[in-house]
Amino acid sequence: MKQDSSELQAQVEALRTDARRELPQLKGLEACEGFRVRYLGRKGMITRLFELMKSLPPEARPAAGKLLNRAKRELEQALGERQQQIRLSSQAQQLEAEALDVTLPGRPVALGHLHLMSQTLREIYRIFARLGFQMERTREVESDEYNFQLLNIPPGHPARDMWSTFYTTRPGLLLRTHTSPGQIRVMRRYAPQPVRAILPGKCYRYEQVDATHEMQFYQVEGLAVGREITMAHLKGVLIEFVRQLFGQERRVELRASYFPFTEPSLEVAMDCIACGGRGCRICSGTGWLEILGSGMVHPVVLQNGGYDPDLFSGFAFGIGPERVAMLKYHIEDIRLFYSNDLRFTEQFG
Amino acid sequence: MRIPLSWLSDYLELSDPVEELAGRLTRAGLEVAAIEEIGADWQGISVGQIVKIEKHPQADRLLVAQVDCGSGQLKLSVTGAPNIKMGQAGQKVAVAWPGARLCSGHAEGSPTFTVKPARLRGVASEVVLCSEKELGLSEDHSGILLLDPEAPVGTPLSELLGDTVLELELTPNLSRCLSLIGVAREVAALQGTRLEVSEPSYRAEGEPIAGRVGVQIAAEELCARYSALLIENIQDGPSPAWMQRRLRLAGMRPISAIVDITNYVMLEWGQPLHAFDYDRLRERAGGKAPKITVRRARSAESITTLDGVRRDLDQEMLIIADERGPIAIAGVMGGQETEVSEQTRTVLLESANFNNINNRRTVARLKLPSEAALRFTRGIPAELTERAARRAAELMSHYAQGRVSNGMVDVYPHRQPRRQIELAPRQVERLLGLSLDAERIGEVLGALDFDCEPQGESLRVTVPWHRLDVEIPADLIEEIARMIGYQHLPASLISEPPPSWRPEGALDLELEEQVRDILVSCGLTEVINYSLSNPEVEARLYPEGQAPDEGQYIRLANPLSSERGFLRRNLLAQLLQTVAANRRHRSRVLLFEIGRVYLPDQQDPDSLPAEPRRLALALSGARRAPSWNQKSEELDFFDLKGIITELLSRLGLEDTSFVPLSAWPFHPRRGAELRSGQQPVGRLGELHPEVAQRFGLKERTLLGELDLEALLAQSRRQPRGYRPSPRFPAIEQDLAIVLPEKIPAAQVSELIRQAGGPLLAEVHLFDVYQGEQVPEGQRSLAYSLRYRAPDRTLTDAEVQKIHARIGQALTRELGAVVRGSEEVAS
Repeated sequence: MKQDSSELQAQVEALRTDARRELPQLKGLEACEGFRVRYLGRKGMITRLFELMKSLPPEARPAAGKLLNRAKRELEQALGERQQQIRLSSQAQQLEAEALDVTLPGRPVALGHLHLMSQTLREIYRIFARLGFQMERTREVESDEYNFQLLNIPPGHPARDMWSTFYTTRPGLLLRTHTSPGQIRVMRRYAPQPVRAILPGKCYRYEQVDATHEMQFYQVEGLAVGREITMAHLKGVLIEFVRQLFGQERRVELRASYFPFTEPSLEVAMDCIACGGRGCRICSGTGWLEILGSGMVHPVVLQNGGYDPDLFSGFAFGIGPERVAMLKYHIEDIRLFYSNDLRFTEQFG
Repeated sequence: MRIPLSWLSDYLELSDPVEELAGRLTRAGLEVAAIEEIGADWQGISVGQIVKIEKHPQADRLLVAQVDCGSGQLKLSVTGAPNIKMGQAGQKVAVAWPGARLCSGHAEGSPTFTVKPARLRGVASEVVLCSEKELGLSEDHSGILLLDPEAPVGTPLSELLGDTVLELELTPNLSRCLSLIGVAREVAALQGTRLEVSEPSYRAEGEPIAGRVGVQIAAEELCARYSALLIENIQDGPSPAWMQRRLRLAGMRPISAIVDITNYVMLEWGQPLHAFDYDRLRERAGGKAPKITVRRARSAESITTLDGVRRDLDQEMLIIADERGPIAIAGVMGGQETEVSEQTRTVLLESANFNNINNRRTVARLKLPSEAALRFTRGIPAELTERAARRAAELMSHYAQGRVSNGMVDVYPHRQPRRQIELAPRQVERLLGLSLDAERIGEVLGALDFDCEPQGESLRVTVPWHRLDVEIPADLIEEIARMIGYQHLPASLISEPPPSWRPEGALDLELEEQVRDILVSCGLTEVINYSLSNPEVEARLYPEGQAPDEGQYIRLANPLSSERGFLRRNLLAQLLQTVAANRRHRSRVLLFEIGRVYLPDQQDPDSLPAEPRRLALALSGARRAPSWNQKSEELDFFDLKGIITELLSRLGLEDTSFVPLSAWPFHPRRGAELRSGQQPVGRLGELHPEVAQRFGLKERTLLGELDLEALLAQSRRQPRGYRPSPRFPAIEQDLAIVLPEKIPAAQVSELIRQAGGPLLAEVHLFDVYQGEQVPEGQRSLAYSLRYRAPDRTLTDAEVQKIHARIGQALTRELGAVVRGSEEVAS
């Protein structure tokens, strides 16, 4: 049977029209596959038309081939688009079905918390590390000799009233009332080398416990001994410490004070962080907060530590980290530190 | 120390406003803890004079006083005050008009009220006659305040009694400022003004003292000086109003002229005085001149002090005695028998210097702190006794009609040394970092009465008699710094290079902090408990009768409470208490503590104890934090072991093992000892139910205590070198075996490793099963084994050979049955 090219053309046209009508009706990817088999498959309509083309006169074949190829490409493309459409819409449905209420709480990651004291001590360590101070550990059960006598506080000295002491039943042994005996231990460890160290640790006092007194508390002792250490350095270091810890805008006041193991001795106060110095309950209306005691190491103490006071000088200071933390976090009861109620502890670190 | 400014003004002119003065004193070391304005709130209170006192017509215990309030105004006041009587008149009183605010006389804590006109039982009471308590002057509400008879009627009370009081908080070195004159000296130096203290002036008209009293110091090391005066013909009565007022402002209660004068002089000069009734001393001496000895008490001696308490004395206590025995505890309290009273006519006035350390001991032994003892314990210059005695004599002759004897007994065996200190300007510069020349130094010290004499480059500084606290150049330098003001000294960071880095200490600090961070990221919260505990609490961790006895603890001689009378030997007991306390409001509690335990040396019990750091962990409750979308199981042993394993691995401890342990406080079959190599470094396990019960813990609790010193010491000191990722693929094969349940898993995996040799790269246990299909007493363990060679891809044949060898070894050595295997390439 001979075909002429116009008939073929009409058939292609009809096929196109049918396909265009059918395509939008295809509902799923399976229907698409059916469509492909029918039109584009090995036994599909396009293939059949190619076969028909063989019956055309040879001169008409190239044009017919072109026509058919174009029709095939068009169909393939249209089918591809339809398939993509269907995929997207079914994916959209699925995604819709997978909706989450994102306002529900997240699954908790239960990390623990660092104790406020550890957190505060780290802050203090960091500042002093920047200033060249290294940490040294010193003991808590001390002898009367180290806790008092070598610090220029002989038995019966009126300054002993400054520390309410826990004594033990073992003669001469007591719980250190301050970290200052560590000064002697560290000096003896390094003399005659220079020292620049901080000595943190627990201290104990025989005191009725209330909102502002604890029988157990921490101190951070600082000690610098060298050939050229002066009070100017003490001032410089402590002002820097106060400002790094409480803010660069802090005003610092130095007041004469007394510790038997320093001479001269002074107390460092800063303008109240709650009221800025106007006077409030936190600073008892004075506008100032005393935050640490310090002084130039007493020549007797230098000597007891193994340094010649004519060649060496030094300064020392003592910081109460509980007080630092209480000021920073507006804590009004020191007992919270060691009662270990997690409702307190978990607010920090 | 309370310093009324009106009193301070006796000795110098105050040039600054009070806030500025307070700031200056505080910076100079005399901390002003409070500034009290007396009378600032006395609005509508003025001086009145009682004109007539009549009985209240309706009430037996009330009186009606007619009061002249000035400008001819007469007002009625109904009062029940016991210190005015019917028919009397003329007293000057403090009158509160309607609208004035007073403190409540009866209520605790002194709430205030506003005065209103009232009718009391039918009689109009137009004004209130105030007590000291109502005015806020003291706690005294036993009667109305009687004012100075010279006070002009109608004057506002604040003009008469108003004042400003500085409350000084003094460090122990400032004994010199436990006196008005001492504080005045400081203020004068700070202001740059002169002190004006007049010499006592009185006529010593009485008989010479010589021969009328003998004084001997038998313990010269404890009494540097004993001065005494006789004052005769005394008419004791109330002291003058101004003196009473000053005593009250300074915080002391007026008693009688003699006592008030001794207290006044003590406040003024800082020298405590004691007044004996001379006639009683004479009686005791059988009418002869009393012979007074300052000596140590003898054993079994006792004295009834003037508070009526009989006190046993020991041989260290210094006493004042006559021939019949103790009459006073030196510098602490007088005896009742020789106490002054209204009947006293002749006073033997003691002004003495006692050793401060001995005094401090006696005060502590007898628990008798007092204003006098406070001064003696802090130390008083011996030079002071005579001045103070003469000042008291002056006041007694003026205000108690006393006739002062001619001369003074003054036994002064140890003259107070005149102290001289060499001070060079370069010493000042070396300590303060501030260069001052000798002249400037002399000027600054001169203001504080130090006498400075140039000696070449240096100064020879003579310390004034009233400065016992200045002994060495550094003390002088402190005086210079105080006077110049610390705020005016230079400040700089340290110029010297820091000492060489000490890596051991830094590493130890870093590792301890790292332990904290690891545990926090494992979900544990840090706690810090008290080092003070007691053996009873710790004994709960042990079977009956096996706990360490009290002798193995460091015990406090003066505990605050029995619960905290010993230093802890472990962290566990208190940690369990913390768990129990928090379980009351928490469904899961995961805690750790890093702290010391205190272990006395049993061989040498009086030496310093070891204080090793320990790490304790405790877990209890749900494995996961409660959440709406996850159910959680209870934490168990393997949670704790997992955390400890992670910690060990992070610290780089390589050769560690967990060995079964059957010991309290752990469950006998759920405890383990942690070893590093062969060394035990900790214990962990599930808490024994018996122990749990003792701590009130109902839920399963896991507990561990590790030797932190050992862990940190064995922690990897050097970073481990980088190991490249494997270049050749691994072959993974599973191995399931059934074997007796008694064989520990650690032994199995050890054998697998051994048999597997170097090509077995990883052994991972992924299932443990007991039950159906596994015979009774046996269990099934399933491992996934990964084989890998560093230099080539392994062949299946090679792997099969090793895998089979492992199976055979397990069968041969442990009697395991291999259940089949499955190959997975990866």
